[in-house]
Amino acid sequence: MKNKMRVLWLSAIACNGNTHSFLNYPFLEQFLDDFEFIYHPVIDSHYTLEDIVSKEIPCDILLIEGAISKEFQRADVSVVDIIEKYSKIVQKIVTVGTCATFGGIFRESGYSETSGLHFDQDKPSERFHDLLDKTISVSGCPVHPEVLVNTLYAIKKSAALKLDNFLRPKEFYAYTIHNGCTRNEYFEYKVDNHQFGELEGCMFYDHGCQAPFTHGSCNKILWNEVNSKTRAGLSCMGCTEPTFPKQNLFSTKKNMAIPENLPVGVGKRVYLTLAGISKAFKIDRLEKKLFDD
Amino acid sequence: MLDRKKLKKEQIMQSALELFASKGFYSTTIPDIALSLKMSVGNMYNYFKSKDILAREIIKYISVYLGKKLREINEEDIPTKEKTRKIIEVYFKTASLKPEMIDYFLRIYLSNREVFKDGCEGMICVNEFVTEIMIYFEEGVKCGDLREQDFFSAFGLFMGYLGGMVFLKGENILPKDLDGYVDDIAFNIYKALSTE
Ligand code: SF4
Ligand code: SF4
Repeated sequence: MKNKMRVLWLSAIACNGNTHSFLNYPFLEQFLDDFEFIYHPVIDSHYTLEDIVSKEIPCDILLIEGAISKEFQRADVSVVDIIEKYSKIVQKIVTVGTCATFGGIFRESGYSETSGLHFDQDKPSERFHDLLDKTISVSGCPVHPEVLVNTLYAIKKSAALKLDNFLRPKEFYAYTIHNGCTRNEYFEYKVDNHQFGELEGCMFYDHGCQAPFTHGSCNKILWNEVNSKTRAGLSCMGCTEPTFPKQNLFSTKKNMAIPENLPVGVGKRVYLTLAGISKAFKIDRLEKKLFDD
Repeated sequence: MLDRKKLKKEQIMQSALELFASKGFYSTTIPDIALSLKMSVGNMYNYFKSKDILAREIIKYISVYLGKKLREINEEDIPTKEKTRKIIEVYFKTASLKPEMIDYFLRIYLSNREVFKDGCEGMICVNEFVTEIMIYFEEGVKCGDLREQDFFSAFGLFMGYLGGMVFLKGENILPKDLDGYVDDIAFNIYKALSTE
């Protein structure tokens, strides 16, 4: 029998969105040939949750989905205790999704001191400090299934992944979502002129697109292998970032017409100078509908 | 070598500005400008190929000049109220020391848009200046001092007011020097823009 990696999928305070996203992975059969879930909330496994919490089942990778609070229990045991037990025996811990990484939307849950494993939004938390070296974060609400699976294969192959400051593999998170969007031309020439769901226009100026300051690969590794939010005509909501979720996701926060959040690493003067120049010109092709005969 | 050429260009622009202010933009010719600098007309063309090009370079030169001054103010760590006052002071000071500059901006650049239509589309030629005004507004709103509103309604209020005062001064209508109005104008503009 093949030597499969043993994985524990632990759901903390979660909506199970990452679980569902994972089920969309197109090569799940092959994945299950290389990995075995000792426990997963919706995939059949050898052990029950009771087994997991009462015994110590051999395990190689601990996946945590959902925000973490000492108060929150699974099978009557605090998730913090479960994490502590399994973190000692596994090679790697992966925080799956934004809640497990930064707290995400479930920071607002009623449980006390709810946060991600190592971060409370962008603030490092001390609680699991000794596990820092073991952890990889794959943020996203939900995480892209390929990002998760490829990270797990990298662990299996002992490939060294370079991580960013939030422990996210640079392979997937060194890019911005803006990179690869089919609307880049509209961005370049400052044409918003957008209606949700339509093909034309960039959504940065009025419609709240956060892609230029959100890290991830959504426009490089497409969702369901076909599309991304921004290509389809919906603004990026910044779901991979510690600040997620924000409010008013469909309008751009501006101060006297100047977007408050600018593309990562671009200074305000540079941005305004370039914007001033490109705004001075009207490019007819970009003002028109793409398929208007 | 490059610096010498740059210096010469600046001299030409300065003389042109003075001639435009005294003789008017349309009646001033390239030979007039050359003559005022004791240069040959041919040599003049080594620096500026046409009067329109010269006109555009001048507006950029003014924009860079004012932009640099405003940037210094923007980079100071002071409340928006003080920045407002300082911007007004700088503008009026420029209008007093280099009246031909502000005059050019108001009477030539803003009133002869046809000269500037190629190469100075939109606000390209006044980019440095406008960028700093934008940053002043943006930071003012962000820190809660200024009220969020449309950029141009704020820009018009600010620059229109200052331009109007300089214009009145140029027409010898104002009884006092521009300096004498700074307090009141700073009060009025800040009151109009602020959240207070
Ligand atoms: S819609 Fe968003 S991702 Fe696409 S080009 Fe505009 S800012 Fe970038
Ligand atoms: S496009 Fe933005 S909001 Fe959508 S999944 Fe990607 S990072 Fe998240």
